[in-house]
Amino acid sequence: MDFSLGDRCEELRTEVREFLAEHLPQETIDRVHETGTAHDWTFYRALGARGWIGAAWPKEFGGQDRDPFEMTALRDELRLAGAPTDGLGQSLIVARTIRHVGTEDQKQEFLPPALAGEIIFALGYSEPDSGSDVAAAKTRATRDGDDWVINGQKMFTTLAHEAAFVFLLARTNPEVAKHKGLTMFLVPLDSPGVEMHPVHTMGGERTNATFYNDVRVPDRYRVGSVDGGWDVMTVALTFERGGFGLSDADRVWQQAVAWAKTTLGDDGTPIIDDPLVRERLASMRINNEVAKLLAYRTSFVAARGGLPTVEGSMHKLWYSESMTADAGELLDMLGAKGVLRRGDGDAPADGWIEHLYRHAAVTTIYGGTSEVQRGIIAERGLGLPRPGR
Amino acid sequence: MDLDLNPQQQDLVAAFRAFFLKESPPSVVRSAEPHGFDPSLWSRVAQLGGPAIGVPEGSGGGGAGLVDLVLITEQLGASLAPIPLLEGMIAARVLARVGDSGREALERLTSSAPAVATVALTPVRDGQARMVPAGGIAELVVGLDGSDLVLASGEPPVGRRNLGDSPVADRSFGADRTVLASGSAALELHATALNEWRTLTAGAQAGLGATALGLGVEYAKQRKQFGVPIGSFQSIARDLADVATAVDGATMLAREAAWAADVCQTDAPALAGMAFLFAGRTAQKASGVALHVHGGYGFTLEYDVQLYYRRAKAWSLALGDPRRGLQALADVLFGPGART
Repeated sequence: MDFSLGDRCEELRTEVREFLAEHLPQETIDRVHETGTAHDWTFYRALGARGWIGAAWPKEFGGQDRDPFEMTALRDELRLAGAPTDGLGQSLIVARTIRHVGTEDQKQEFLPPALAGEIIFALGYSEPDSGSDVAAAKTRATRDGDDWVINGQKMFTTLAHEAAFVFLLARTNPEVAKHKGLTMFLVPLDSPGVEMHPVHTMGGERTNATFYNDVRVPDRYRVGSVDGGWDVMTVALTFERGGFGLSDADRVWQQAVAWAKTTLGDDGTPIIDDPLVRERLASMRINNEVAKLLAYRTSFVAARGGLPTVEGSMHKLWYSESMTADAGELLDMLGAKGVLRRGDGDAPADGWIEHLYRHAAVTTIYGGTSEVQRGIIAERGLGLPRPGR
Repeated sequence: MDLDLNPQQQDLVAAFRAFFLKESPPSVVRSAEPHGFDPSLWSRVAQLGGPAIGVPEGSGGGGAGLVDLVLITEQLGASLAPIPLLEGMIAARVLARVGDSGREALERLTSSAPAVATVALTPVRDGQARMVPAGGIAELVVGLDGSDLVLASGEPPVGRRNLGDSPVADRSFGADRTVLASGSAALELHATALNEWRTLTAGAQAGLGATALGLGVEYAKQRKQFGVPIGSFQSIARDLADVATAVDGATMLAREAAWAADVCQTDAPALAGMAFLFAGRTAQKASGVALHVHGGYGFTLEYDVQLYYRRAKAWSLALGDPRRGLQALADVLFGPGART
């Protein structure tokens, strides 16, 4: 038994820290925070030039063949530094799906620029009327010669305003059961007929609603077989839940501890000496350690060639739910001043706890809600009967 | 990273699991109540490795590391076996560490008919150690008195009726006690023993939680209401899924704490505290949910889930209020606080 990531990971951590010191200036973090767009092209291209977007990929794709533990170490460092990683995360989900089910032409066309950091992908699953019930998508794709014509609307198309393509789930056969009439497409976001409206969130993030009005997509941009979109989605959703290590909860915990150690309370004594502060920080540290272990296990199963479905769901459920609860606990311990936002000189821990409180809620929703994760754990992990729907 | 058990560890787990399943089913746990000790089971477990299993081979023990021991206490907790194996493991490791002064006592633990030994968790005050785990059955008790690590032996007092039906009792450290170590060495030895106790108890609580979860899941699959198994109700599945996640987390955290101690990681003491607190909370949640899933039957003595529910709480209290445990963890993480 060995819970350490290993020497190679420690070496990589050092390299990543040096990289971040050079390529992630405070201005970038501030800009990401202000715009709500968790992607920065200058940073992303530098990451690509370093070979780290495709760090886990085989050398034949220009990757570095790094194992899931090295990827965990790499992502840990990016998260602890507060680097913008939404574009990275989304694009890797799509790129890995293309690698698994795409055509040779698709691999040639999409993978090199994706791994180089020249393009990113957006995810087009959710719709105004379908979130967790993602297979109920209504967006239609109808065949017209060598093209498909797409009509419909997608919700929460995060980074659509920066992405080259949206990985879109569309209904190609409305006559069959909902899971059996779906097909996946890569839709160029500069196509005529694509419109987008920004949607701003409580956490300060910007996402989008995207609209598709007679958008023509060549058949070569179809991913997987016609009406085989659900199988493609299943692969992609598994990628969405794996590959985590530390989270924003770890970053904010470190920021909160550093703040509490260096700041005096109203009574003139160090904040870190307050038993109520100590209790909250100690308690959150436990939850974060559990999240880390559940994440490591997911990587461990993946490294052994397994598909960590239940393990991934457990990690996703735990980290998001405990982070949300702990953000509230940390805010409680700050009292009235806790409400101050970043930019206010009196904001405790530079306002990052207040920000986490607003941000954390979405983590229990995106990538499969907590309810969906519990369903997976209950049915596939514990063998409980499916609920009557 | 390697989260798998090695072949020896797999054998170890299989042996203890099989032993407890056969020799310590709930009927044995029940018949040992309220005293919480089955001497016959104690004499038989020694064949698998008694309390000295975690003592170096050079000192007559089994040479097992803390990870191996935590794998054993997972099985111990899973079965609620009424034997002081965990306490004995801790005591044996302390006695092995003190060297010559502990040799005679250690020999009584490495024998094929091992004595019952324990460590008092809270310091001795006015010659008394309070609420000593296994204090009601132990012939040998290690305690910390001021800056002396001391050993008392003799007839245990009568145990006290308690929530977990455990053989807990106060113990006297009279004039005939032996000093095992003094000064900072004594304090360090006791602190190490407490962290090992936290870690092994975390393993036991994780095992308890896993069994309680299993009881709840099985019942939810079989029990029908409104014409369907109650496990198909999302409100029930939800709680069980939360518990499954926490139990897996608690199990890994206990193992990580043991591993960190085995390889002398600097964060080992913090991990021991985290593992103990989290596993205690998780065992209570697991047994609480499992009991609730059983409905009214879960509240009856006839059903086994109450055995787990009571012990999960009782075991988590042995070091005092768990919220003070969080304060102690904070002391490890941030250094001692000026205010209390």
